[in-house]
Parts: sequence; structure tokens; C-alpha cells
Amino acid sequence: MDNKTMTASQRLLKKSNKSLLQMELRGKSIVLISALIIITATISITIFLGTKGLQAFFNNGVSLYEFLTSTNWNPTNAESPAYGAVPFIVGSFAVTFLSALIAAPLGIGGAIFMTEIAPSWGKKILQPVIELLVGIPSVVYGFIGLSVLVPFLRDSVGGQGFSLLAGMIVLSIMILPTVTSIATDAMSSLPKGLRESSYAIGATRWQTIWRVLIPAAMPTLLTAVVLGMARAFGEALAVQMVIGNVRTLPSAITDPSATLTTIITLNMGHTTFGSVENNVLWSLALILLAMSFIFIILIRYLSSRRQF
Amino acid sequence: MGQAVLTEEKTVFDIKNLNLWYGKNLALKDIDFAIYNNEITAIIGPSGCGKSTFIKTLNLMIQNIPGVRMSGEINYDHQNLINGKVDLVDLRKKVGMVFQKANPFPKSIYENVAYGPKIHGLKKKGKLDEIVERSLRDVFLWDEVKDRLNTSALGLSGGQQQRLCIARAIATKPDVILMDEPTSALDPISTIKIEELALQLKKDYSIVMVTHNMQQAARVSDRTAFFLMGELIEYAHTSKIFSAPSDKRTEDYVTGRFG
Repeated sequence: MDNKTMTASQRLLKKSNKSLLQMELRGKSIVLISALIIITATISITIFLGTKGLQAFFNNGVSLYEFLTSTNWNPTNAESPAYGAVPFIVGSFAVTFLSALIAAPLGIGGAIFMTEIAPSWGKKILQPVIELLVGIPSVVYGFIGLSVLVPFLRDSVGGQGFSLLAGMIVLSIMILPTVTSIATDAMSSLPKGLRESSYAIGATRWQTIWRVLIPAAMPTLLTAVVLGMARAFGEALAVQMVIGNVRTLPSAITDPSATLTTIITLNMGHTTFGSVENNVLWSLALILLAMSFIFIILIRYLSSRRQF
Repeated sequence: MGQAVLTEEKTVFDIKNLNLWYGKNLALKDIDFAIYNNEITAIIGPSGCGKSTFIKTLNLMIQNIPGVRMSGEINYDHQNLINGKVDLVDLRKKVGMVFQKANPFPKSIYENVAYGPKIHGLKKKGKLDEIVERSLRDVFLWDEVKDRLNTSALGLSGGQQQRLCIARAIATKPDVILMDEPTSALDPISTIKIEELALQLKKDYSIVMVTHNMQQAARVSDRTAFFLMGELIEYAHTSKIFSAPSDKRTEDYVTGRFG
């Protein structure tokens, strides 16, 4: 080969390599910084919430035992303030599980309809409907719940209408898109061979769905439900508008109730920062954070069990 | 074509004037075919020649594809499968199928084999145990897995998975086993095992095997059919197809001149 062109091309190569290298470095630093900011933010929030949430117990002498076992919540009573968070813990878990109880079969059923029964037109109709549900802000859900659902419940099942039941219905519609879309992904990512070989043995469509496809997709279907539950557990606004917000433990599904999130949003405005009343709200927030960690651990465990 | 078809041996499938369309596309043209008892029938031909389509008509799996239309006769057990009155559950119990890619269910080895009998209504544990053991023995898998029947089938090697799929297919006691390129995803040693297994199984079953591998067809099959562009070009005893084919196109294909 010609010597001149050799050196020329080598020089060219080196030069471009250098600028390439710089670009590599710049790109790398940008993404590294983004990652660091995310990590720092998460850790700071956790630390902040941890210290704030524990202050009530360590600085203000609130009994942790009372906080976690008593049903009496009255932090503003000057003579004998009471800090029992049980009604809200129960309320949060109740609306979460009850709404998952509705959303899980509906969402998984819808996903199966879209992937197995009517993949062509079912998906065309249901998919946009679900995307629409995601886009509706929670205040709108709450507003509809407040002006349609609550009066309806008042007339049909009695009571005030503001109830666990109302919260559970509103939440189940809110988490339905999460459950449905992840469940749809779970079903459609199953290998085609599973369906084929089940049909080839003589199984009907329903037998195939019930005995092969659902068990095969189970870890991801459960992930879908847990993600829905995580959303339900953290939702504040819409629930607050329909649940009634009382401090007592509900004894029936038609009773008004309150959740950890609704009690925080309702009271944070009229407690002073640093006061006991304010600090116990942080403790409620700490419970929310702990629960979200538990949900994440659950999801991680489930995705480690995915087969497809 | 023709000589072999005229013999007096017992047939399991008799196919006359079979045409098949994907939408407006004629994919199988006027196929006359017979599949004989206790033989291995190999189907060869280049990609897109209709051999996979053809094998899927035999258990009507082809009907799962939207837009498929058929005319003619596929006679099995005195029934024309095309008239639309066939009970698919019953047909597929009798005509089992093994696919190109081993696709065990994400269940235990035991549950995979017991799946067929269970969906066909068998509930007795003792009888199921018996079927599972017999089926696994028939595919020479029993000794390899008998101590871990309750572990996931996905933990088996590719070759073992394919043999498990064959065991799953024979657990319903079929007459015919359809194999759609059963070894194309396997290593040579597993391939030989499947071939030996097929030779064993033909004592009890009739086997139809689609294959890309002409040596495989030559090694294991009794008869070979050569498909080209939706047509059955030649169908005869395997020795004849590979040594003295009647059609020039068959000769070109088996000698590797195209395909």
C-alpha cells in the first residue's frame, strides 16, 4: 500500500479517535451524574423521613407501642393526647387489599381477553380505554366518586355513603390500568409454543388458559397486582374525597374510615413543624415508606421467579 | 408418483385432492397422499414448500391460523376432517404433535406428561402414575428423571425436553405422532437419540416427520414425500426417492442442487 495514504489515514484515525474518546467521556459523566443524583435523592429522603418519623418516639416520648396498637387517635387533646395509629393502618390496608380484590380479577380477565380471546379487536378497543384511565388525574376520580358514587352508595346501601366501600371502588378503578397493562404484557410475552402444544394435545382454549398460560405467567401477574396495590396504598387525594375521614376503626365496609395518606394530607396544614402532632404525621409517612419498601422487595422476589 | 400409494398396506390417513388457501394464496395444491400404519413418513422440501402447512392439516392445527380455507378430503378413521364436524379434542388425542422447538410447560416433569390424560378427564393418581412412567420409559427418559419427577421440566437439557414433549404426546395413546422438524434445534447427539426413538416408536405408532435434513429422512423414514411450492412432487419408498427418483426436481433436491 502507498506509504503516504497510510500515514494520512492513520493521522485521521487518531484524531477522530481522540474526539470520540472525549465524547465517550462526556456521555459517561452525564449519565453517571444523573444516576448519582437519583441515588442521593432517594437516600436523603429515606434518611430525612427516618429521622423525622422517629422523632415522635425519641424526642416527644410518644410510645411506639401505643402508636402501633392503640385505636385512639387524638393528638390535639391538650390534657391527654392519644397517638394510636391503628385505625389508619387498618384503613390503608383495607382499601388496598379490597381494591386489589376487585382490580386483580378484572385486570387479569381483561388482559386474557385482549391476548387470548380477541387479540385483534379486543386490543384495539381495550388498550385505548386503559390508556385513557391512566391519564385521568386522581382529583377527577375523587370528584366523580364524591358526586356520583357517594350519593349512590348512600341511597342503595345506606349510611353516609362516605365509606371504605367508596374508597375501595374508586381505588380499584384507579389501579385497574396498572394491573391490566402489566398482566397483558405478561400474557403476550409467553412463548407461542405453550399455546400450540397445549392445543395439540387436545386442550380447549379455556383449559389452555387456565392450566398452562395463567400458571406460566403467574409471577408477572402477581407483580401486576402488587404494583397496583402499591399505587392504591400511596394514593391520597381521591381516597380522601370519598372515604369520610374519621378517626375511629371501621367495623363494616360501609363505615367511613381514614388511611395513612388521608390523615397526613388533612392534618399537615394545621400542625406546626416540630410539634408532636406534626411529628406523629411523619411517623405515619415512615410507615408508608416502609410499606413501599416491602412492596418493592415483593416485586423483586416475584420477578426473580419469572420463567419467561 | 403413485407406485407406493397403490400398495395394499393399511393406511391411517387418506388424503384426496387437498387444497389449502391462506386468504387468497393457494398454499397446498391438489394433494393426494396416504400415510401408512407403523411407518415413518418423512416430508422434505425447501422452505415455504408447504410441508409444515401440510403436517398441520393432519391434526387441524392449521385452523388456528385465521383466513385458512381447505377443500378436498383428509380421511382419518372413516371421517373427513375437513367437513367441520370433527371433535378436535378427540382428534388431537389420537393425533399427537411434537414441534420444532421443545416447549415443555413450566410445570414439573410429571405434570407435563400427565397433562394430556388429565385434560381428557383422567383423575386417578395410580393410573396417572402408570401412564407417566410408561410414557417416560417409552422415550428412554425414565432412568434420567425418575428421581426428580416433581422438579421443573425447564431444568432439563434441550434434547431431554424434546423427548419429554414426545412423552407428553404419547401419554394420550395416540395412533399418529406428527413431528414438525423435531431435531432442528438440537445438537447431533440429541438428534441421534430422537431418531433412534422414532425408530422404536414406529412399532406402536405411525409417525409423520417434517425434516429439513435429508440425511435424517434417509436414515429413519420408510417413505419420503417431496413437496415443492405447495405441490406433492413425488412420494415413494425412501430408498427409491434417494436412489432412483422419478422426477427431475426430486433428484435435483436430494442431490443438493437447490433448496
